[in-house]
Amino acid sequence: MNRIKAFITDFGWPRIIIAIFLLALFISAPFVGVKLDASFTDVFNRFGQNVIMVLALVPMVQAGCGLNFGLPLGILSGLLGSTMAMQFGLTGPMGFLVAILITIFFGSIFGLGYGKLLNKVKGEEMTIAMYVGFSAVMLFSILWLLLPYTKPDLVMGYAGEGLRRSISLEKYWDKILNNFLALRIGSVRNLAGNLSGGFIFPTGLMMFVAACVVFMWFFLRTKTGTAMTAVGSNPDFARASGVSVEKMRTTSVVVSTIIGGIGILVYQQSFGFVQVYDAPLYMAFPAVSALLIGGASVTKASMLNVVIGTLLFQGMLTMTPSVINSVLKTDMSEVIRIIVSNGMIIYALTRKTKVTK
Amino acid sequence: MANESSLLSLEGISKDFYGNVVLEDVTFTVGRGEIIGLVGENGAGKTTLMRILFGMPVIAETGGFKGRIMLDGKQVAFTSPFDALDAGIGMVHQEFSLIPGFTATENITLNRESMKRNVACDIFGERMSVLDRARMRTRAAKAISRLGVKLDPDILVSEMPVGHKQFTEIAREIDRSNVKLLVLDEPTAVLTETEAEVLIQSMRMLAAQGISIIFISHRLHEIINVADKIVVLRDGKAVKSVPVKGVSVHDIATWMVGREVKGSSSMLSACSEKVFLKVDNLWVDMPGETVRNVSFDVCEGEIFGIGGLAGQGKLGIPNGLMGLFPAGGNASLDDSPVPLNDPHKVLNNHMAFVSEDRRGVGLLLDETLEWNVAFTAMQAKGEHLIPVLGGLFKLRNERTMKLLAEEYIKTLEIKCTGPKQRAKELSGGNQQKICLAKAFALKPKLLFVSEPTRGIDVGAKAIVLETLRRYNKEYGMTIVMVSSELEELRSICHRIAIVDEGRIAGILPPTAEIAEFGLLMSGEKTGKNGDAA
Ligand SMILES: Nc1ncnc2c1ncn2[C@@H]1O[C@H](COP(=O)(O)OP(=O)(O)OP(=O)(O)O)[C@@H](O)[C@H]1O
Ligand SMILES: [Mg+2]
Repeated sequence: MNRIKAFITDFGWPRIIIAIFLLALFISAPFVGVKLDASFTDVFNRFGQNVIMVLALVPMVQAGCGLNFGLPLGILSGLLGSTMAMQFGLTGPMGFLVAILITIFFGSIFGLGYGKLLNKVKGEEMTIAMYVGFSAVMLFSILWLLLPYTKPDLVMGYAGEGLRRSISLEKYWDKILNNFLALRIGSVRNLAGNLSGGFIFPTGLMMFVAACVVFMWFFLRTKTGTAMTAVGSNPDFARASGVSVEKMRTTSVVVSTIIGGIGILVYQQSFGFVQVYDAPLYMAFPAVSALLIGGASVTKASMLNVVIGTLLFQGMLTMTPSVINSVLKTDMSEVIRIIVSNGMIIYALTRKTKVTK
Repeated sequence: MANESSLLSLEGISKDFYGNVVLEDVTFTVGRGEIIGLVGENGAGKTTLMRILFGMPVIAETGGFKGRIMLDGKQVAFTSPFDALDAGIGMVHQEFSLIPGFTATENITLNRESMKRNVACDIFGERMSVLDRARMRTRAAKAISRLGVKLDPDILVSEMPVGHKQFTEIAREIDRSNVKLLVLDEPTAVLTETEAEVLIQSMRMLAAQGISIIFISHRLHEIINVADKIVVLRDGKAVKSVPVKGVSVHDIATWMVGREVKGSSSMLSACSEKVFLKVDNLWVDMPGETVRNVSFDVCEGEIFGIGGLAGQGKLGIPNGLMGLFPAGGNASLDDSPVPLNDPHKVLNNHMAFVSEDRRGVGLLLDETLEWNVAFTAMQAKGEHLIPVLGGLFKLRNERTMKLLAEEYIKTLEIKCTGPKQRAKELSGGNQQKICLAKAFALKPKLLFVSEPTRGIDVGAKAIVLETLRRYNKEYGMTIVMVSSELEELRSICHRIAIVDEGRIAGILPPTAEIAEFGLLMSGEKTGKNGDAA
């Protein structure tokens, strides 16, 4: 009995309530005509698609820089990565790999500058980060028009210059991870002879995600990662132990920005399109709410928070609209998505966090 | 001077933290104008008892408590500190709760600011009235003068030495007009003996005005000096509740620990003549503890004491040498220069520091004891790491971290549930021991300890001093100890330097007359800067 109690206090009521709600949605789905196998496929895809961006928030939280509302900066480096690799005409695994490398390159540069800036505004990180994200996205909206992209797949058809709003990855690396060793369960061959329906497990995507989570787990256990966590807990203590607080904070921002960039690459390949201009603007919010739902606070986040939070959050986002739409017979998915995701941020930020200073 | 009807009575108070019982059926009464001395070992439950009385939210969050609290004959159950304040209970916490960016005046009158009405008030109501700064200042000045101390009401809290912060907190509590009961949780721990004496005077004055006081201190002679009644807590039980008349320090100590306490042996090891640490013209810019120009030599294997009044700069010396505050001048250790303003290099240079600012600098409150003890050794010396992939990465070695923490939990007798407990859950004194463990784990050749026994009980104090002495003897560790307690310095040091106005006023052997130290501290006499060892 005591162990159950301890588990509940540990896991937290909010998560239990959300999990029960989600379960209820899954149970009621078949009754309102929503296919379960398709729903599961959807949940897994969206989980894999988003979880790395949630993971990207962890280092900065641990280092005491707060929730990275400046995640769009990392996303921009990811956009540079994919569009440049496409411009170079690289496709398939090669293209994806080069996109990652370019993302790491730009992510490091952006992260360094961003980290330096955040070191100047200690205590106000989250507000400033939000503005950094917004302004960077706007600046890049201009750059997307001006940068010398020439590939017809990338640029706007009539003008011959300036990137399209959304760029199809079909000829490049669409679903490269999702389809890798994907498992189909219960699919049926339709009249055209293609497999359809059933549950599809995106093996490659999950493997990539697992690799990223393990990497982060390792990183936080290294000397640097440990120092970073201590900086977040008590910067004065860390300094007295010979750790450079500024350097650790900057490192956390760089790592967060790079992982954020890789996160969007994974998102793109699953989604099938590269979206530029104002698309990255609000990308930070779902990631932040997923992390908070997972039980992280503004100063502490773990791998478990990331995985559980993303599962619950994306599960809600997938299931709520489809079930409710079927019940109400109207399309409310966007409205519900916004209410759920922002509602959760508000809830989570007002929630009392267990922090001592 | 207890009146017939008591002001407060605690009846059968029990409390546990998730099954860990820290208070068991505690019962005692407080009369009007009576001063209760509440004593007990570290972790005996004194602070917890006061938190219950004051309605601190942490109590309700951790499952509430059992028992009754009667105030003025009526049962009370405070759900927040505000209720307690309204009922006339003031509390000075063991840890500071002041706003650093505010002045003394603003802190003292916080939330009870004097207001000036203006036209807008007639239209929009009282919320439009503005602060009457002049009146606030007089009120603050009055509260401060009631304590009989010199303290500038306009100075920012962040720039005050610790001693002054303590007086500011107490001034804030007595500025309330309705205060009937004042709880002081180790208010003297951060004060020098002279300052503590001043505080004790003001406590007597307040008691004479009919204010009851619950006074917690580990300096037992203060308790005997000021209290009317003594309540002794041992392992969460009130084992004694007696009038102070005829009680000796030794009696209290014995009741606290439940066995005979021996005075610690004061055998000093011999130290060599070889100069180990040489400090020349050191200045340190530490707010409230400025060091102007300090030179001294410490011999190898010596325990060198630094004393002086709060705010004179004694704390600045170790903080500056360890690179925590901007410093200049020259220092050399074993004939090689000590890099100033670089904490990392200093730690690598076989020096370690136990800060006086336990919660601010000393601990990672939200992390486990393992982390607290092993972190500095890991970062500064690369210990407790496992190389992977041929040394490309170094992962922390949680196994050796645990062993290390367990080792110190045992040797320093740290009261905790295990190495995985979080530092914030320990009692004040046990937190102090963790800070010492952290420094010992570095195996330094030169150890600076700043107020090492602040807030720890007699038994633990003996352990800490004994440990310092043992490390000094067995490992030849040279120790520079900064303390506000002259007695403590005299019991352990080979020589004692007294700092006054950022300079060394003189260096005396521990056998010198107390009066001589007093003269140096008050700046009456500047002794020769020579060594007296
Ligand atoms: N929030 C908490 N969670 C768990 N345990 C706690 C918490 N606060 C205090 N304790 C435990 O309760 C016990 C009593 O602590 P308390 O702070 O009351 O001691 P104390 O008598 O004030 O000691 P000291 O003289 O060292 O200040 C300790 O063993 C401590 O570890
Ligand atoms: Mg205490």
